[in-house]
This record gives sequence, C-alpha cells and structure tokens, in this order.
Amino acid sequence: MNTSRKIMLGFLFIILGMGIANPAFAAGATVSGKVSFEGAAPSREKIKMAADPVCLGAHKDPVLSEDLVVNNGALQNVVVYMKDGLSGKTFPAPTTPVVIDQAGCQYHPHVFGIQVGQPLEIRNSDATLHNINAQPKLNKRFNIAQPTKGMKTTKTFDKVEIPVPFKCNVHPWMAAHAVVLDHPFFGVTGENGSFTLNGLPAGTYTVEAWHEKLGTQTAQVTVADGETKTVNFSFKAK
Amino acid sequence: MSHFHQTAEMLLPEAASTYAPQVDRLFWAILWITGFFFFLVQGALLLFVLVYRAKPGRPAAYLHGNTLVEIIWTIVPAVILLFLTLASQKVWAEIRFPKQMPTPAVQVEILAEQFAWNIRYPGPDNQFNTADDITTINQLHLPVGEPVLIKVLSKDVIHSFFVPEFRVKQDAVPGLPTQVWVQATRAGQFEIRCAELCGLGHYRMRGFVTTEPAVNFQEWLAETKANE
Amino acid sequence: MSDPGFIRKYIFSTDHKVIGIQFLFSSLIFMFFGGLLAMLMRWQLGWPGSPLPFMEKIAPAGMPGGIMVPEYYNMLFTMHGSIMIFFGVIPLLVGAFGNYLIPLKIGAPDMAFPRLNMLSYWLFPIAAATVLAGFFVEGGAAASGWTAYPPLSGLKETMGPGQTLWAAGVVILGFSSIFGAVNYVATIINHRAPGMSFHRLPISIWAMFTTAVLTLLATPVLAAAMILLLLDRCLGTSFFLPAGMIVDGTPLAHAGGQALLWQHLFWFYSHPAVYIMILPAMGFVSDILPNFSRKPIFGYKAISYSAVTIGAVGFLVWAHHMFQTGMNPTLGTTFMVSTMAVAVPTGVKVFSWLGTLWRGSIRLTTPMLHALGFISMFIIGGLTGVFLASTPVDMYMHDTYFVVGHLHYVLFGGSLFGAFAGITYWFPKMFGRKMNDRWGKTHFWLTFLFFNGVMFPMFILGLGGMPRRIYDYTQYAGLVHFAPLNRMMSVSAFCLMATQLLFAFNFFRSLFKGEKAGPNPWEATTLEWETPSPPPHGNFAKTPVVHCGPYEYSVPGMKRDWQMQTEKHA
Repeated sequence: MNTSRKIMLGFLFIILGMGIANPAFAAGATVSGKVSFEGAAPSREKIKMAADPVCLGAHKDPVLSEDLVVNNGALQNVVVYMKDGLSGKTFPAPTTPVVIDQAGCQYHPHVFGIQVGQPLEIRNSDATLHNINAQPKLNKRFNIAQPTKGMKTTKTFDKVEIPVPFKCNVHPWMAAHAVVLDHPFFGVTGENGSFTLNGLPAGTYTVEAWHEKLGTQTAQVTVADGETKTVNFSFKAK
Repeated sequence: MSHFHQTAEMLLPEAASTYAPQVDRLFWAILWITGFFFFLVQGALLLFVLVYRAKPGRPAAYLHGNTLVEIIWTIVPAVILLFLTLASQKVWAEIRFPKQMPTPAVQVEILAEQFAWNIRYPGPDNQFNTADDITTINQLHLPVGEPVLIKVLSKDVIHSFFVPEFRVKQDAVPGLPTQVWVQATRAGQFEIRCAELCGLGHYRMRGFVTTEPAVNFQEWLAETKANE
Repeated sequence: MSDPGFIRKYIFSTDHKVIGIQFLFSSLIFMFFGGLLAMLMRWQLGWPGSPLPFMEKIAPAGMPGGIMVPEYYNMLFTMHGSIMIFFGVIPLLVGAFGNYLIPLKIGAPDMAFPRLNMLSYWLFPIAAATVLAGFFVEGGAAASGWTAYPPLSGLKETMGPGQTLWAAGVVILGFSSIFGAVNYVATIINHRAPGMSFHRLPISIWAMFTTAVLTLLATPVLAAAMILLLLDRCLGTSFFLPAGMIVDGTPLAHAGGQALLWQHLFWFYSHPAVYIMILPAMGFVSDILPNFSRKPIFGYKAISYSAVTIGAVGFLVWAHHMFQTGMNPTLGTTFMVSTMAVAVPTGVKVFSWLGTLWRGSIRLTTPMLHALGFISMFIIGGLTGVFLASTPVDMYMHDTYFVVGHLHYVLFGGSLFGAFAGITYWFPKMFGRKMNDRWGKTHFWLTFLFFNGVMFPMFILGLGGMPRRIYDYTQYAGLVHFAPLNRMMSVSAFCLMATQLLFAFNFFRSLFKGEKAGPNPWEATTLEWETPSPPPHGNFAKTPVVHCGPYEYSVPGMKRDWQMQTEKHA
C-alpha cells in the first residue's frame, strides 16, 4: 500500500466512524409533534418592571410573565426530549455553547435543553446587576453575579437533571429552566407549540414533554431509520 | 442660622420627614459640642508640644496631678453627656416608643428579600393579605403630610430599610416583625438603600420612594391596582 | 543553663520574650496581608468596575477578566476586618506586647505558665490557617462581614464552606486568647517583684490586666456563639434561625431560633474587644508620654482606674450596635446611657495625657510622635462615637461610612499608632538596636497624612448617607457625586500602604544594621530598662526590688532627670 492509499483509507475509517458515532450524520428517524393546552388560556400577569429603571426602560410595552404561555391553544416553552430508549449509547458533548442571555431583565431563552458537559454561556446584556442563581439538586449549585453589561460566564453541568431552575434575586420575576440531558434529542416548543427531534437512531422510545408549571407527560414511539412519526401532547390547567 | 442650613445641606441630604429636623438638630448640637472639645484638645496638644519642647536648662515640672482639675474634667463632660442623653431620649421616644406614635393614615408592609423590597398596601379593606391588596416591587409611594406606619419584615436574611432624607433606618429581621413610622414633609423622589449586608446583591438592593400629595397618592394606588 | 537548641529556643520556645516576638512578626505579616485586601477594595471603590488584569491569575472567579464581582468584594471586606481584628491588632497589642512586657515590667523571670503561653501562640497560626483556608474552597472565604450576622452566615444556602472554616478558626483563636489571658492575670497578680505594689505598676500593665480580664470574661461567650453558629450551619439546629424563612423561593425547615440572639452574643464579646484593642495602646502611650515629657504622669490613679472603669462599663454597652434592629426601644435608652457614660473615663484619660505634656520637657522622638498621633486621632475616634451613642442620630448614621470612619479612627488612628509607638519604643529592648529615627519620623508623618486622607472623608460619605459594605456606590443616584472624593481616598489608601513598606524597610534594616542600644536608651524608669538589650533568658540577674512609682521623672534634687523604680531617693 502506498502512502496516498493509506491516507485515503484513513479518511474512510474516520468518515465511517463519525457516521456511527454521530447519529445526526446518518439519515436517522424523526419524531415531531405539537403541544397544546386544553381549556381557556389563563391570563398572563404583568411583570413589575418598575422595580428597576433599567428594566423598565428596556421595554415600550408592558411585559407579561412567561411561566405559562398559550397561543391559540398551542403551549409554548415545553421541553420535549427522549427519556428512554437510548441506553447504552453515548453522545459526545458539543463544544458549541448554549447561550442564555439576560436582556431587558428577562432570560432568553426562558427554557432550554443542554447536554451534559456542553458549555453554557451566560451573558448579561443589561446595564444592571443580574445574579444567576442556579439551584440544581444533583448538579453543583452556583450563584454568581454579573454586575456589568457585556459580562460572560461559562458553566457546565455534569449530571442529567430535569429541571435546573435559574433565578435572579435582584429581579424576582426572572426565572429560567434548563433540562440537562446526556443526548442531543430535545427540542423546545415555540409560539406554535411544535417541536421536531431529528436524526434519531431507529428504535423504541419514551418521549417526555416537560413544562415548568404543568409537569410532565410521556408517550411511546417506535421509529425505523428514515421514518418520521408524529407525537402530540396536551396539557390541562392544574 | 441660614448659613448653618447651607452647611447642613452640604453634609446631610435635605430633610423630608417630620422628625428629620429634630435628628439634624441633635446632630448639630453634638457636632458643636464635640467640635469645641476637638479644637480644645487638639489645640492644647499642639500648643504644649510647641511651648514645652525640651530646652537646655528648663527642667520639666515635677507634679503628679491636681485633684480639683481632675474632678472638673470628670464632672463637666459627664454633665454635657447627661444633657445629650436627655435630649436624645426625647427624640428617640417620639420616633420609636409605640405609645407616642401618631395614628397612621396609611399602612404599608415592606417585605425584604434577597435582593428586592416587596411593598404591599392593604387596599380599601385596610387588611393585609387580601385580594384588594396593592403590591409593587421596589416602588414605595407615600402621601405628604400624613403619618404612615411601615411594617418591616424579611423573608430570608437581615436587611435594613434606610431612606436618608427621612433619617429613618429600620432593620428587617426574619422572625421579628417590626414597624416604624414616617410622615413625609415634601413631595419628591428618594432612594431606599439597604443598610445591612445581605449578600452579593446588597450593594444595589435599591428601592424608590415617591412622596406626593394625598390625592395623587390615591390615584397612584388605583392605577397600580388597575395595572396588575 | 544548657543550650536548648535552635528549635526549642526560637520556634517552640516557652520564653515570654520569644513568644512575644513571634506574635509581633506573625501579626505584622497578617496586617500587611489585611492591608492588601483593603487596597483591592479601594481599587473597586475608586474606579468601580475597572479591570486589574493581574488579579485574574490570582482570583479567576472573584475577578474574571480583572473585573471584581460583588461576592468577591464582600469576601474582601469580611476577611479584611477579620484578619485585622483577630489576626492583626489583637495579637499585636495583646499577644506581642503583653507577652513581651508583662514579666519585664513587673520584675518576673517569665510568665506564670510558660507552656500554656507557647500553646497560646501556636494555636494562633492554626486558627489563621483555618480561616484563610476559606480562600481555597468552593465559593471562597467567608463573605458575611466580620460580624457574620445570621441568617446570612448561618445557612448553607447563603454562605459556603468558607464561612464554616471562618467560625471554626475564630473558635480556635478564642482558645489562644483565653490561654493568654489566664496567663496575664495569674502573672500580674502573683509574680510582681518585691515592692511592686499595684499602685507602682506601669499604666501599660494596668491596661494589660484589664484587657486580660475582659478577654477572660468575654471570649468564652464568643466561642459559644461560634459553636452554636457551626451547629446551625452543619447539623441543622436553629439557634439563630427563625421559623418561616424562604430563601430563593424555597421554604426552610428551621424554626425556633432568634437572629438577634447572635448579635447579643457577638457584641457581648466584640464590644469589649474594642477595648481589648485600645486599652493596651492607651497603656503604651501612658508609658511613653511621661518619658518623652520627662515628667510624672498626670493623675496616675485617675488613668489607671479609668482603664478599669472603661473595662467595666465596656461590658454594659454592647447593644448600642443594635439600636435599629427592632430591639425594644427602652433597651435602646439603657444602652445609650451606658454608652454615653463610657465617654467620661475616656475623657479623663485624654485630659490626663494633656496634663502630662503640660510643663514637660518634650522630646519629639519617633515613639513620641506616634504617641501624640495616637492622642490626636483617638480624640476623633472617641468624639465621633458620641454621635453614634445618641440613638436618634445613630438611626441615620448606623451602618453608613460614618461608622467605618469612626472605627478606623479608633482602631487605626488609635490602636495602630499606639502599636507603632510601642514598636519604635521597645524595639531597642527587643533587638538590642535602635530603629532609624529619620526613617521613623518620615514614616510617621506620611502615615498620619495618608491615614487622614483615606479615613476622614469617610465621615462625609457617611453623612451623605452612603451605606457601608457596598461594592458599587454609584448604583445610588444620590451617591454618584462622591466619585472624586472616593478616588482621592483610594489614592491616599495606596500611599498609606506604600508608606508601610518604609516601616518594614526600617524595621528589618535596623534589626541588622541599627545603632546598638544600651540597656536604657530612652533614659526610662521602669524595670525592663534595667536589663541588657535584649534581655537574657530569665530576664533579671537578680530579682529587682521596687522602691518607687513608674514615672519618677525630673525628681527635684536628683542629678539625672529620671529615677529607676529600683532606686531609693530621699
């Protein structure tokens, strides 16, 4: 074998290896669906932004609480993820960070998924003090202050945990929730309540939907390679 | 006296409560008295050091004391301090003794937590923790010219409610509900500064006080309730 | 006596002089470190949020990118206060000078319990190491102020393991203080040389005696409070933790405790501790002034009894730290009365010192300058205390920079100038060489200047309503105009710190190169000046016999203007 062949073969192995290790690379299966809310949507409370002039000045219109957001029956801010069905498989943590930004005295995003070991970049885009008080039960707690605009801090979680609440003690309404998973199959519902989980290995899964106020719901789904299946969830007011 | 007040404004934030001028008068009395002793003692110190520098041929006096002088400089400060104690007590009793507190026209509850002031008005039924309560965060409004009873509470650690212009300070201690009263004398905007270390956000556990005529105050209450 | 070898002679020594010098060096090192922490605070206050790039390497979590975060600032002032008080001023004034001077001044060969004395010293670095270990644990060192008020200090949720180490270290230090105090009391009562009646004791010994009694009565209370705090933190008890607390939205299971109980217990120790920190300095000044005025002290009995009175009344004033806590206002009245009362014996002392200078023959040496600086600065510390004693004025001043100014005029302007006076005065006795007078005077004047430059504006900040312990005062619109003043204070603070390098330089240079001092370079009267400099193990070749009081200067009819305590004069 000459050298160029060796290199070619090496590349082939690497590509094959990546294909096995990273399901996103393979065609995989897809699970998607919609999360809806049954019954009348509760009215959202106005946030008392006047507590801090910097917060007040960041918004023209009144800001509403984000803990239960329903748009025409679609439930926003639900994290949907694979709960069971991936045991024995490992997924390396991405090096690209999940970013949580504090802007206008609100967390962006309000809820998010993150993988174990994946960096979480916490940013302060407000010219006021925010403290990020993370209160996990299994992971390490932290409570750090970002007194100035533009500050960034990076943290990671080393255990699966649902959820990890975040709180800002300076602005009592500020809350965020992280769902820490050991795989990349998760999504957060947007305004239309829909989610999509791509690149799944073929198999049978328990899908779970988690909402900060309404709790969890689960569903079973079996997908073959290249297949797309729909799973819908429906939450009721508690 | 006017010169006096100008200097006062340079040192102390302009008073805005009924008892603030009394506190300031005590402050000035103590400043004059201690100022007198300050210059007396520093002056004597400097003078003696200059006058009695060692010179050849002039030995130091051999004396161990003087009973009369010693009695005088024990009694005189004692009398002055007694006077200050009595004067202070009068103002203290007026501000703090429950019996001497005026009947409040308005009540408000301030529940401190890391790191915010939760402010609650009892609403039309005058009962706290009912549906018609009016609540804000960090925004305290008070009517001018009416005595207000402020109930001070804490959820977690010790905080301290401090409004410099009112000359009022009251610690918020968990497990120890307490109260303080204030009657604003002029309309204005002031700051609540947390005066007891309460954690990393202590330095800007900041609230805002707005004093306004009673009519505007009532309007503000209604408006805040409507906006909730 | 056989040579005990280097280790037994200089490290694990039972000689009171070696122990005193060990305390001297250790406490000066801690004070230097405590001073550096203050410099970081002044950096943040002078230029809020400006980066100090080199600090990122030293404290990556506390100063990311060199920019200080508030929790780090809280840790800085907590450790600054704790180090200065527990590991700086108290061991310096009481540990170093008490040990060194008591046997020498009363004519004893050593302390009553030399081994206990050694234990007292060696607990001190252990205590310091425990407290400082906080810098290396998760969440950093204690950050709830040197007063460590619970619930902030008492909950795992609000303070990390650094706080536990802090409390444990203070308990250990408490034992060190108690062992030292037992020794001082026993030694002063039992080991005085023949003829050394109580009324012939130098005032510094009266001060040490009062200090030791205060330490004995107050420290156990502090130790008990610390142990209860540790139980609250580690075993879930609720001594200081009331029912119904909700931290970060989570209700806590604690019930039945009282947050104010801690404040009562803490200040029951810590207010007498202020007198523990000032009385010895007053004692040094009372020894130094007559010497450099060449005149007996004015009102020996008044000064020595006022020390005892200050000590006694000092036990009845503790709750003046708590006027605005919601404590019963009538109790506030009581403590206002006792606090005002403590000003009377304090005044007596100051007037008596002035009386000592009057018609003296004043020699302005370095120790004398520091002693005069002490009086001048202590007056400010004392007089500003009157404002805080008045309950309504305190309602405004409490927990503002006015208090910070007041306490620094007492503890730096007072205790530290007293300590500098003591060090420069007894240095020749301790090391057999004189300190350089020119360097010493330069150090005094610069320290005096920059000290006032940083501390006096604190009164103005306090009157302007600036709370203490705040990381960034510019957050308050009403305080932004204090920026230039704060910057001036910070510049003064940096200069003040730099000036102390001058002292360190003079100290170490004089250790090796200073002019040799004889047994009595200051022409002083008390017993320590009868011994060679430095005194040998066992101090006195034969037990001295005392014939007169400690301050017999310019006695008429004598050839020289001082009469040793061992001398007879018709």
